[in-house]
Amino acid sequence: MPRKRRELYNKEICACSIFGAMNRDGERFSGAGVMKAVANMHVRGNGLGGGFAAYGIYPDYKDYYAFHLMFTGNIEEAKRSAKQDFDAFLCGNFDVVFDEEIPHGDETTVSDPPLVWRYFVSPHKQGDETLLSDEDYVVKKVMWVNTKIENAYVFSSGKNMGCFKGVGYPEEIGEYFMLDRLYRAYTWTVHGRFPTNTQAWWGGAHPFSLLDTTVVHNGEISSYGTNRWYLEMYGYACTLQTDTEVIAYAADLLLRRQNLPIEIAAKILAPPIWNSIDRMNEKEKKLLTALRMVYGPLLMNGPFSIIIGQTGKMIGLTDRIRLRPLTAATRGAMFYLSSEEASIRLISPELDSVWTPNGGEPVVSELKNMRMVKDEIIRLS
Amino acid sequence: MLMARAHLAKVQPKKAALDDESVEKVEIDTTDLATRELNDRLRDLMLAGTKEAVLRNVCGQRYIGTRLYSPEHRKMEIEIFGTPGNDLGAFLFGHKIIVHGNAQDGVGNTMDAGEIVIEGRAGDVLGFSMRGGKIFVRDSVGYRTALHMKEYEDKIPVLVIGGTSQDFLGEYMAGGIVILLGLGGKPHNGNFMGTGMHGGIIYLRGTVEKTQVGGQVEISPLDEEDREIVEHYISEFIERFPGLSLEKEQILKDEWIRLSPKSKRPYGKLYAY
Amino acid sequence: MKSFVFPEFQIIRDEEKCGQCRGCERQCAFGTHTYDPVLDRLVSDNYKCAGCQRCAIFCPKGAIEVRPTQSFYRPNASWSREKLEDLKKQAETGGVILTGCGNDKPFRIYWDHIVLNASQVTNPSIDPLREPMELRTFLGAKPDFMDVKTNKGDVEIETKLGPNLMVETPILFSAMSYGAISYNAFRSLATAACSSGTFFNTGEGGLPKEMRGEFGKCAIVQVASGRFGIDAEYLNCAAAVEIKVGQGAKPGIGGHLPGEKVSAAVAATRMIPMGTDAISPAPHHDIYSIEDLSMLIYALKEATNYEKPVSVKIAAVHNFAAIASGIVRAGADIIAIDGLRGGTGAAPKVIRDNVGIPIELAISSLDRRLRNEGIRNRASIIAAGGIRCSADVIKAIALGADAVYIGSAALIAMGCNLCQKCYTGKCKQGICTQDPRLSGRLNVEIASQRLSNLIHAWSHEISEMLGGMGINALESLRGNRDHLRGVGLYEWELDVMGIKGAGE
Repeated sequence: MPRKRRELYNKEICACSIFGAMNRDGERFSGAGVMKAVANMHVRGNGLGGGFAAYGIYPDYKDYYAFHLMFTGNIEEAKRSAKQDFDAFLCGNFDVVFDEEIPHGDETTVSDPPLVWRYFVSPHKQGDETLLSDEDYVVKKVMWVNTKIENAYVFSSGKNMGCFKGVGYPEEIGEYFMLDRLYRAYTWTVHGRFPTNTQAWWGGAHPFSLLDTTVVHNGEISSYGTNRWYLEMYGYACTLQTDTEVIAYAADLLLRRQNLPIEIAAKILAPPIWNSIDRMNEKEKKLLTALRMVYGPLLMNGPFSIIIGQTGKMIGLTDRIRLRPLTAATRGAMFYLSSEEASIRLISPELDSVWTPNGGEPVVSELKNMRMVKDEIIRLS
Repeated sequence: MLMARAHLAKVQPKKAALDDESVEKVEIDTTDLATRELNDRLRDLMLAGTKEAVLRNVCGQRYIGTRLYSPEHRKMEIEIFGTPGNDLGAFLFGHKIIVHGNAQDGVGNTMDAGEIVIEGRAGDVLGFSMRGGKIFVRDSVGYRTALHMKEYEDKIPVLVIGGTSQDFLGEYMAGGIVILLGLGGKPHNGNFMGTGMHGGIIYLRGTVEKTQVGGQVEISPLDEEDREIVEHYISEFIERFPGLSLEKEQILKDEWIRLSPKSKRPYGKLYAY
Repeated sequence: MKSFVFPEFQIIRDEEKCGQCRGCERQCAFGTHTYDPVLDRLVSDNYKCAGCQRCAIFCPKGAIEVRPTQSFYRPNASWSREKLEDLKKQAETGGVILTGCGNDKPFRIYWDHIVLNASQVTNPSIDPLREPMELRTFLGAKPDFMDVKTNKGDVEIETKLGPNLMVETPILFSAMSYGAISYNAFRSLATAACSSGTFFNTGEGGLPKEMRGEFGKCAIVQVASGRFGIDAEYLNCAAAVEIKVGQGAKPGIGGHLPGEKVSAAVAATRMIPMGTDAISPAPHHDIYSIEDLSMLIYALKEATNYEKPVSVKIAAVHNFAAIASGIVRAGADIIAIDGLRGGTGAAPKVIRDNVGIPIELAISSLDRRLRNEGIRNRASIIAAGGIRCSADVIKAIALGADAVYIGSAALIAMGCNLCQKCYTGKCKQGICTQDPRLSGRLNVEIASQRLSNLIHAWSHEISEMLGGMGINALESLRGNRDHLRGVGLYEWELDVMGIKGAGE
């Protein structure tokens, strides 16, 4: 007599390798280099997930939101049906300029691939929704699709950027989506995964993204349950069963919706300990105490090192006691972040500077034409 | 596929073996060699009696020097060009490793004897649970350096760092000597130094605030015996990095402090019996 | 400060029987009994008594009775005496309440709610007195299938087999470090393991040099967060290497060997100063994520030339099956899981009694998880945490374990009474102490004989039960939940263990 088992949400643990490369002059380059770099850290993953985020890849459609969709399901029928449901929804809410299947290589080289499609759209607001900004509108619709349409997931939703991810070693995913041949980007971030949950699925790989914010993450967020309950109050649905999702939504909430500078957001996600705060000067003490008081539920506990990508920016951040590694390096206009230095050296044997940032302190690099005042790497303390 | 393929090693003996104990210097190009293959080759070389090995184009391979345990205590010298991967010299059993470049995390993990010289910086967890031998790092190091370092009677490990260390230096230290030279003018900014320290000693050129060290740590000036020890190891450091053109007297003249444990039982009062 | 707690035990001495031989004074490790020459009587300080019963057993006249004192506080279901008095001790000292041994609280013991099958009529049982019962098993990674090449009748194995431990009986001695236990106790475990065809675990205290030659081949050496006593020779003389990430008695927190127990010999083996506290920090400070663990596993495999299986020991806690699955993927050959009732030499009582899950629920969920992922062959499971008899062993194996570790049971075989005062270093039996006056009481030959007897007795009982189920080889029992039924369990408990209710 079979019994029905109760399902509670599962949380994946994310152990892995991360890598990021940005050209601060905005010159775009192919994915070949970062694929090579992450392959060098092969042993940090176990082949159950890999992914890339690339910025500047759709210059011809740069004013439109590029939705990357995956339609999953055990059989072709399920995938087609999910796509039909999504297409119907899309047409009612967006103007579609162009759409096609995301080009990829031989399907037998990867494990059980979903149908992956991209759409270039602009919002078509009606009724009350005309009061929302474009971005809030897109977020709302993306959350709806991810929770309500079965087997359909929007895994990338920004302008002139896109994520590519799936089940396999990152270099295999890169080859599958032909990232070395078809795309040129000014920022690439990569992730190689070592999940510890059986049902490794394409949606569970990194990067996690919302609008143009992408996150690749190494570590485990022990405060996931708390972070999740807090973010759900603001309309974010955590559907992808991976703790990294909360970082992407927290970044969206703090950086975009609340317009906080990255320095402050970092102090929310990875604040200094109270002992240190008590010893600071009055002004700093007041600020940090207030941040911890108000944003306590967003404190990310547990070892982590993350690379956050946004249009024109790449940010590296580790937890406040630096339990996961992160090496930063520069060479001319190139800025690199990596779990291991050797991978950077593989694609750039000569480096101008190499360092490991302090825990809880973000390392930010921006496109030169974005910040007029400073055109060098900003290291914040 | 981008997977590493097995690569035929280029073996070039520099001189013929004179007797049963071959004294060749062997070069290996490690491009495309995965960790396991590289260490297989190194072990074969050791068992064949090779005394020196030169590894070129090293990029991320791990545990170099770990597979070289032999009950007869054979010794080899390994020179590395490139960037070795994590756990360089883990469980090292008496060999010498020289890195012409930076090293990553886990250098000298539970190292028992031998020497590691790094002409560059090293990453996190350097000398973790180190129990013998010496490590010299020219530049700075990352977090959790010399964690749980140990010593017993005359088996005392030594770690000399040219630059500074980040947080958690000497956590749970139970023995051994750590010397931080602070060259290059950067101040010692690390926090939580010596948390849980109950043995061993850290010598620092420069100063630190009391708030930077753990509650179990005492900051004091150096005495005669300390000066002798520091002088000895600074000489050894200078020998290994001639390119820095350092003057021993100049370094010794500056302000030095010593971090040592206040008691052997830092957590003695924690429990109710 | 005046202490407000009652003594836990009281001594009742029959003055008529007592001959003032002062044996009790000598036997007691806590100084409870003292001879008063003026009164020519033995007087006892109840506050010092640990209730270990040594004086009662050794009194030649049987004149001593040691019993728990009754408390006459007003009965209160929420504020038990223990909760009340622990709180007062904390108010007096401001410290953490320490204790030893395993969880003594009345959590459900699932072993006692599981019953075994016996074969009758349709599938005959096997008579162990007539047919051989095979308890031998292999611990380590196994390939999913093996390639063989036949050449004119000659068969060659193509697949390279990973290193495995061969045990003659599925009972191993759990990790108890030299330092936590005395040299004599440690040596007794080693001796018994070697003579019984099984293995002992050195725990995190290292393996003394003089023991390596004789006992290395039966030793599973531990690499714990304190990395005590680890050098390449230590790793290579052993049969297997175990990375200790956690233990059932104190999941998530570190180990602490009080300075009293760090004698000269212990200090030499661990390479720390004598008299200092030996601290094993809570996490391995170089393992903060699963790929760090993978890195350490392979570092150890490299250091031992891939000749020895590498095991990882974790405590059974909430999400542990996912973690264990990750550990298997990270390269471990054996996973040792320690449940809620695991014992220890010293742990904060509040952690020992509240953290972790029962091992019975853990084994099954892990076995099933690994099978679902198709990786069950890649690692063997050793279960630990309150195994009390051979029936528990059988049930553990039927739920999915390959073997069990016994800790408390082995100590009890050597004479322990679970008085829970191990952390004081005053073990009356000479087991958990470094005081030579006490440890000298434990005779290595006798103690190792007792341990061998235990293994022998349990193995025989296991054979009997196996025969009763119609099985003559242990492999046929592993994960065979069909031979188990639950009695008096909730549906979710039956689900988690994957067994049916009795009668179904």
